[in-house]
Amino acid sequence: MDIPYTVEVRRDTGLTNGKIGIWLFLASEVMLFGALFASYILIRTGAPTWPRGDTMLDVPLATLNTIILISSSVTMVMAWASLMRRRFETFRIYMGGTILLGLGFLVVKYFEYSAHFHEGALPHTNNFLAIYYTLTGLHGLHVLGGMVVNAYFWGPGAKLWKTNPVWFTNRVENAGLFWHFVDLVWIFLFPTLYLL
Amino acid sequence: MTSDHATTSMTGDHAVDIDKHVRIYITVFVALMVLTIVTVTVSRFHLPVPLAVTVALIVAIIKGSLVACYFMHLISEKKLIYAVLALTGAFFIALMVLPVVTVHDGFWIH
Repeated sequence: MDIPYTVEVRRDTGLTNGKIGIWLFLASEVMLFGALFASYILIRTGAPTWPRGDTMLDVPLATLNTIILISSSVTMVMAWASLMRRRFETFRIYMGGTILLGLGFLVVKYFEYSAHFHEGALPHTNNFLAIYYTLTGLHGLHVLGGMVVNAYFWGPGAKLWKTNPVWFTNRVENAGLFWHFVDLVWIFLFPTLYLL
Repeated sequence: MTSDHATTSMTGDHAVDIDKHVRIYITVFVALMVLTIVTVTVSRFHLPVPLAVTVALIVAIIKGSLVACYFMHLISEKKLIYAVLALTGAFFIALMVLPVVTVHDGFWIH
């Protein structure tokens, strides 16, 4: 049985089912990260002292990661715009760029984590590092998940373009919504953990 | 920019629209980069914590809004999406306020 409303929109909602689905998923993600941000506030306000992030973490590397992730959001939206212009090869270039930038983000994060581990700064060291590893670790998993989905649409999933280009474009748009959300979370994580 | 628009845009009717959107994406990208520099620069002034938190949050909210409005196309979305996000926003605010009020003794219980 075919999945309904993947190309044409439902009359009652004015949306495809995929679009509603991804936004409901993102709503649950807001609550997931929201709960962790609330934990951060609770732990920080309840602590007698709290270290400034820049005394324990590498701000230049995190700034580089911010630039990488924002750039990847642009390449992601450009990948979708390329499909809207029916330029499949351009889509492949932008989507490939998005995946590589995601990989770059994780590589930088690996160097950050490695440096902390060598210094003995582990999750059980103090509450700051516990919430730091929890938030950035969960965010990193989201980057990895987004990369897997994007790689699928860059590779095997792109076959759909030949048979149903509108459906494929809608799927890429939905993957983009998730990717931009991951970028959005980092925009708040960066100052919260590294600069305050 | 929603999926129903995708159907029509792919026919080439709205090619000019897409070009316009691409220009907006580039502008937003530049704005996000500038705001990132602002965030890092302000943090070097070592402002008092309440002021630093306020400034960092304001800049982050502006950056987040740009991503949500333009990259995620929320500036021209359907009502149902806004309704879902309004409900999510209400619960999110409750989540943020809850830990703050718990540290104020006697706020709830007099």
